[in-house]
Amino acid sequence: MPKAWVVPDNVDTDVIIPARYLTTADPVELGAHCLEDLDPTFASAVELGDVVMAGTNFGCGSSREHAPLALKGAGVSVVIARSFARIFFRNAINTGLAVTVSPSAVEGADQGDDIQVDLAENVVRNRTKGTTHDAEPLPPFLLDIVAAGGLVPWVAHRQASGGKS
Amino acid sequence: MSGQTITEKILAAHSGRERVVPGEIVMAKVDLAMANDITAPPAIRALEQMGCGPWDRSKIALVASHFAPAKDIASANLLTAMRRFAQEQDIEHFFDVGRGGIEHILLPEEALVLPGQVVIGADSHSCTYGALGCFSTGVGSTDIAAVWATGEIWLRVPASMRLSYSGRPGPWVVGKDVILSVIARIGDDGAAWMAMEHTGPGLRHLTMESRLTLTNMAIEAGAKSAIIEPDDTTMEYVSERRASTGRHLPFEVFSSDPDACYERELDVDLDTLEPMVAQPSLPSRAIPVSEVRSGRIDQVFIGSCTNARIEDLRIAAHVLGNQRIADGVRLMVIPATQRVWRQANDEGLLDLFATAGATVSTPTCGACLGGHMGVLGPNEVCVSTSNRNYVGRMGHRTAQVYLANPGVAMAAAVAGEVVHPADVCAAPPPRVEYEEVAAVA
Ligand code: SF4
Repeated sequence: MPKAWVVPDNVDTDVIIPARYLTTADPVELGAHCLEDLDPTFASAVELGDVVMAGTNFGCGSSREHAPLALKGAGVSVVIARSFARIFFRNAINTGLAVTVSPSAVEGADQGDDIQVDLAENVVRNRTKGTTHDAEPLPPFLLDIVAAGGLVPWVAHRQASGGKS
Repeated sequence: MSGQTITEKILAAHSGRERVVPGEIVMAKVDLAMANDITAPPAIRALEQMGCGPWDRSKIALVASHFAPAKDIASANLLTAMRRFAQEQDIEHFFDVGRGGIEHILLPEEALVLPGQVVIGADSHSCTYGALGCFSTGVGSTDIAAVWATGEIWLRVPASMRLSYSGRPGPWVVGKDVILSVIARIGDDGAAWMAMEHTGPGLRHLTMESRLTLTNMAIEAGAKSAIIEPDDTTMEYVSERRASTGRHLPFEVFSSDPDACYERELDVDLDTLEPMVAQPSLPSRAIPVSEVRSGRIDQVFIGSCTNARIEDLRIAAHVLGNQRIADGVRLMVIPATQRVWRQANDEGLLDLFATAGATVSTPTCGACLGGHMGVLGPNEVCVSTSNRNYVGRMGHRTAQVYLANPGVAMAAAVAGEVVHPADVCAAPPPRVEYEEVAAVA
């Protein structure tokens, strides 16, 4: 079962992956150090498919794309936050880390809750608490990028078709 | 129909539109697309995966700044990847070690960022360039690769926050204090996803260097961008940099309509402002320097894209005078660019710092991001002129970082703890622009 990892407000990209590891961009290597300055046990205890439930301004700070890559490499399937910092949000979409905004889902969640996320329906279910929460839908333009598989295939397709999408 | 902000006008002009409104997504043409030694290598890989080459070799800037000169073999590999790409693709603006410095101070110096442009940088502090009256924002590596491939970027037009400055800052107050006081008021995400537009008569008293600090830290309030309408100070700087570099790229000056719409407005009185210090471990934890109780400190770092320009080093040197660095304190001075380094050297500042017991390094981001040149160990306390004091930012997660202006930082180096610079230096630093403006005001 995908379990919740609850983290506070203003978790910045230096905490998600400290600069000392930025000499690699390999998700698995980065994942081994993900969030270690916040919780040294996270990277070893997190399981494939787990969910990070964050407060406000998640991913603030540096523009390092290594941050969403580290979360992916650690096995995180989706980050649910009260709000995201802008650059992190773009980087997540571009690199294929699922992100969604749902303040009410974060509100009642505790560490270890069984969380199920339906991104197509924009719904978060907390199966431990038996609650269901709306998540904010992505703008259609971003859904296009997600549907294409990220920004790299989206641009490749657009350029190949002469600048039209 | 209401008027438009400077940000909306620049984005409209770059996306072939009459007008744009906050919230809509536009494809904007980009005038300059920058990456550094950490963000360029993944971008180069993404560009290859897109099956594309650079759209315009004269509109890409590559800067060796973060782990440069190479701090280990892995960072040497990053620098090599960027160097090779620059050579193979004949990138016009490649600034290698010894020829550049920290991008956010370098690109304005090089007259590569100019009023009215759209500038995109693969670095979060790319918001700095807005001090020149352009739209500029930070993105990640894949986004910058998309710009390199197409010359365009998708942007959601930001709502604007207007900050109106009145009064005149006191002699110890510079741009750093102004922006720290704003972040303390609005919070670390107080301008989330917005354009911070700095306006008002108080701005006349801020030098170009102070303004670049003001826009530099927009990201620490969560903003997408920051902008200042070009005025005489801006145009003087732009003319001087164009003449000095011989680079005469075209530009256009935009300004906000009087009836433009703002999502939020804030008045800031500069008269009452004291030098501000952000306590560990968030920039929003800034309080007046007189209220800070830091206890003994271990290190002072005067550097970074926030405060390592010549004006910053002059202020630090003024506060230092002929004093020595306190026993038990290490002072690292890292001028931001080769040009700043040489100017500081010509003025005797570097010798003054070294004589007092400081280390003076070649330009690099260095200690700012805990990369090299002064990484903090467990429980160490540092006063830094940089922009982020997050947990683990400058080294060990238990290290404590205070953010301050260069005068306050140097005073801490002399006193061994955070003090008001007036406690170690009788006369405030001379402020040429400030006096001139005051005389005609
Ligand atoms: S000096 Fe610091 S904040 Fe500025 S670009 Fe370098 S690492 Fe980033």
